[in-house]
Amino acid sequence: MFEVIFLQFLNGLDKGAAYALIALGLTLVFGTLGVVNFAHGALFMLGAFCAVTVRMFLTMETVTVDPTQLSPWGAPLEIREPLVQAWLGDFGAVLVNYSVPFSILITIPIMLLVGIGLERGIIKHFYKRPHAEQILVTFGLAIVAQEVIKSIFGPNPIPQPMPTDLRGAADIGAWLGMQANVITYPIWRLVYFLFAGVVIGAVFAFLQFTTFGMVVRAGMADRETVGLLGINIDRRFTIMFGLAAVVAGVAGVMYTPLLPPNYHIGMDFLVLSFVVVVVGGMGSLPGAVAAGFLLGILQSFASMNQVKAIFPGIDQIIIYLVAVVILLVRPRGLLGRRGVMEA
Amino acid sequence: MNPALMSRNDLFLLLGFTLVVLAMPIWLAPFGAGYPDLLQRFMIYGIFAVGFNILFGLTGYLSFGHAAFFGVGSYTAVWSLKLLTLDAIPALFFAVIISGLFALVIGFLCLRRSGIYFSILTLAFAQMSYNLAYSVLTPITNGETGLQLTLSDPRVIDAAVGHTFVGQPIPTLLGTPIGGYAGFYFCAGFLIITFFIAQRIAGSPFGMMLKAIKSNQTRMQFTGFNTRPYALSAFVISGMYAGLAGALLAVTDPLAGAERMQWTASGEVVLMTILGGVGTLVGPVIGAWIIKYFENILSALNDNILARFFDFLPDGVDTFFVKVIGKFVGDGWHLTLGLVFVIIVIFLPGGIMEGVRRVAAMFDRSGGKTSTRTQAAE
Repeated sequence: MFEVIFLQFLNGLDKGAAYALIALGLTLVFGTLGVVNFAHGALFMLGAFCAVTVRMFLTMETVTVDPTQLSPWGAPLEIREPLVQAWLGDFGAVLVNYSVPFSILITIPIMLLVGIGLERGIIKHFYKRPHAEQILVTFGLAIVAQEVIKSIFGPNPIPQPMPTDLRGAADIGAWLGMQANVITYPIWRLVYFLFAGVVIGAVFAFLQFTTFGMVVRAGMADRETVGLLGINIDRRFTIMFGLAAVVAGVAGVMYTPLLPPNYHIGMDFLVLSFVVVVVGGMGSLPGAVAAGFLLGILQSFASMNQVKAIFPGIDQIIIYLVAVVILLVRPRGLLGRRGVMEA
Repeated sequence: MNPALMSRNDLFLLLGFTLVVLAMPIWLAPFGAGYPDLLQRFMIYGIFAVGFNILFGLTGYLSFGHAAFFGVGSYTAVWSLKLLTLDAIPALFFAVIISGLFALVIGFLCLRRSGIYFSILTLAFAQMSYNLAYSVLTPITNGETGLQLTLSDPRVIDAAVGHTFVGQPIPTLLGTPIGGYAGFYFCAGFLIITFFIAQRIAGSPFGMMLKAIKSNQTRMQFTGFNTRPYALSAFVISGMYAGLAGALLAVTDPLAGAERMQWTASGEVVLMTILGGVGTLVGPVIGAWIIKYFENILSALNDNILARFFDFLPDGVDTFFVKVIGKFVGDGWHLTLGLVFVIIVIFLPGGIMEGVRRVAAMFDRSGGKTSTRTQAAE
């Protein structure tokens, strides 16, 4: 029984990690700029499609026809060789193999630019307007981003292979000194979980231990006073928006091998992530992370057959159900600060 | 009509609206929209948007879950058509009642919070209904296939009266099948009635109370009003409107699927209301018409039609135009919708109605001749 529970716990981790990353970005934006960003899921999706694009470039190949050899169908054999491999040799092959992690390097500057552009271009004008209008404009932006991606990449999911070394399953049970082959877990999910841990840790460290982070935290607590001290808080908040976009983007990149991205992947995650943010408490970064993992794991437990036998359909609604209960009983969420959005 | 009961402007508005709606098959024909299927959709989504506006426009509560009531209305109507009788009246009646009850329960819980929390609560409830309709409730909703009428349905009342049908069962109104223009006028009647009701609500003391909730709920509470019953009534009324619209959709096209309850469907009615003009009476209806019109017209356009349209341009230039515009029509019409929506929210938060008002004001200042009556009849 313990093994089953432990396995479900592990299964919840990767989804929980994705929720936590998106919710973290949402909370960063809400906590700094006070904007409810419905386009945040679209940023996750854009990140995922950065990975798709990078792989498309990396796998551009030359086709040479070798008449001396025949393919199994009897036609002359076509030899395909990725250009990168031709130019860079073995390193190119590694690059193609590791295209998903490699795309992170390219995604970071792109998402930073997208985030800053979005904030300066549109969202800036919505600070003084009601939350409803912020929701509406970002919702519209999300539709636009989604449709642009759809018209470029088509409506079908585009699978991304994971690096060959990281395929297969890890025997976590054996690592922990339990019986072998009882608790196995796909390596890439483990990688995703660790990656999420690193990103979350980095964001917290950035906010906690750098001067920039200190100023941002001060600005979150009292924007006006920080502004009066002669600090250009607006610019720092803009950068935080870019940072939130980067977090969403890299979360999307690393998730592509687990779930082939299509144009509405962002919306699918967004709705859940909002729920996560609310459960964790609006504006609370630790709350967002904790609630992300908590709900991911809860969802995983709810999809156990034993649980479903007692409450049919619970796996479909558990997250929303938790959100409803939390909102009605404790509106500021699990770790929300007193008085922040406590309506 | 008694002038004390209804102001002149309101009366003109209602009459003008009635005329415009009833004459739709005529004046929409040149735009390629004069066919009953689309006109029925215009009416149905008009009702949906008018109802949504009673909640969002008057009280300011932004619900992201209204599609749930729409879906419940559809399912109830189809079940009534299956179990009781093919007549539309009981179907609509039960749909309104059931979706109203459903809205009462959900509204009672959701209205404990306001602002963004309210939006997320309604969203959560709607997603729960949608997910359940797809999974556990399959015996009721028929899951992905959607609920359909079949020949072997019991139809207790029809059987008792001795009605028998041959061929595909079609919903009827007192014996006449609802389809084509009959279906349109049936829906149009409901749109006009619901519009009238919405007009009366907006002008009544109850409506004033709702508007007061929108502008300052805290002050209302301090002056001793318990605002929640009022907000809840608005929520239930708009839920009933959504149920009626869903039922009409099921009656004119007897197939109910769970995707009607998805949150994108809730988003659509928000788009309609904002596009037309939130808080105005006519705006949401116009928004619904525009979105449904372009959904049908733009999504039907393809590169061939565009190529013919741009034929007069020199070669090369016309293919360029076709390529560029082709991205915005056909499957890509949602892109156009999204862009228009963003532009509206940024520059014209009051929607099309605010645009009309601004243009009218401009004419008033320069010419001073344009009557306010045309504006009232809009």
